[in-house]
Amino acid sequence: MEEQNKVVLHGMWLSPFAKRVELALKVKNIPFNYVEEDLKNKSELLLKYNPVHKKVPVLVHNGNPVCESLVIIEYIDETWKNGPKLLPEDPYKRAQVRFWSKFMQDQLFENSVVILKTEGEAQQKAVKDMYEKLCVLEKGMKEYFPDGKPEVDDNNIGVLDIIFGSAFGAYKAHHEVLGLNMLEADKFPVLNSWLMALVELQVMKEAAPPHEKVVQFLQFLRQSALSSTSAS
Amino acid sequence: MANEVVLLGYWPSQYGMRARIAVEEKGIPYEYKEEDAWNYDRSPLLLEMNPVHKKTPVLIHNGKPICESLIVIEYIDEVWNHKSPLLPSDPYDRAQARFWADFVHRKVYGAAKRIWTTKGEEREGGKKEFIECMKLLEQQLGEKPYFGGDNLGFVDVAFVPFYSWFQVYEKFGKFNMEAECPNIIAWAKRCLKKESVAKTLPDQHKVYDLAIWIRKKLGVE
Repeated sequence: MEEQNKVVLHGMWLSPFAKRVELALKVKNIPFNYVEEDLKNKSELLLKYNPVHKKVPVLVHNGNPVCESLVIIEYIDETWKNGPKLLPEDPYKRAQVRFWSKFMQDQLFENSVVILKTEGEAQQKAVKDMYEKLCVLEKGMKEYFPDGKPEVDDNNIGVLDIIFGSAFGAYKAHHEVLGLNMLEADKFPVLNSWLMALVELQVMKEAAPPHEKVVQFLQFLRQSALSSTSAS
Repeated sequence: MANEVVLLGYWPSQYGMRARIAVEEKGIPYEYKEEDAWNYDRSPLLLEMNPVHKKTPVLIHNGKPICESLIVIEYIDEVWNHKSPLLPSDPYDRAQARFWADFVHRKVYGAAKRIWTTKGEEREGGKKEFIECMKLLEQQLGEKPYFGGDNLGFVDVAFVPFYSWFQVYEKFGKFNMEAECPNIIAWAKRCLKKESVAKTLPDQHKVYDLAIWIRKKLGVE
């Protein structure tokens, strides 16, 4: 009986992709074991479970691996039918949720990495790109939410809440390291109010890594990137 | 209840082909509208239906747009669920199908593009990665007639449009697909026996002529 429904998540504490899966499991109240991976020294198990991409997160359910965070989240939603639905039932709404999940994944993450790892003109360009994409997201979410207002509560967390919350939840740490606040309330009222509500959720607070640890790590990533650029 | 389906596509686009194969497989009556991707004046309909990316394919179902080819396939499969299921019913099998469709979408497309839009080392890198992807997909297919098992599935629909571009990759990459991955060629030919695929995939020569034109336009020589 113990082996039935054994769930293991291979992740990395600062990876927003791994964080999404962690949040999905917690929202659904699924017990799981967590394995922290050192991405500079990946475990044999990780390489065995994700030979194609060799990345986290990987969800291992009764010994069977599932890879790619959005694929994992849909798998979780389809397998554990109790608890809140992470995706809506209606096919059109599901398509909209998948569209915006993909948008956030493809358009926002890479930009935020460039912003962290560059300075001067390169950084300014990345900030400008990010700003334009956030404008699109602001408009999209205003149309998506009923009455243009995000509805956030502990009992009804969905995949868009999870993705957005894990992407921007550490906004204070980013502000401290970069001096930038991307989601200002006056420029992005919908996104800002959504984020402020999300970070107050119990599950988000519990899953958030300690602020100082995030700041230190972001500073380390930034310094390593900047010094390797100037050395080359 | 009206069931009006319009599909906006561009004939050589692998993404558009995916959506078209899906509607054809399901036997859904639809209107197809061609959008020329090289005409920078996008049609008002496309701009209205896909304001975010301004790209095809867009499926318009009773006036409501669905964008992004893989999302379109899943939508079609969920709404017209009475025949020709494209995704399996078991959640683990569905996860595997989604994983490999995503692999085709991100890895195969990027590598293939480098083969015919770049030169020198970058092209060689693209070719190497492309062939590695093909071998992985061959492994994944195994002995099955289709990625979906006995019938066309999500991964087949996501991947088979690339067949119409194989001549482009072979000529610019200077390699032979049949020699490198014979099972992929055999699989593609099997798919082409399906009316939905045969009707949708353009002739390889036509695509090759277009690729030459695009390369000139992009100044790649």
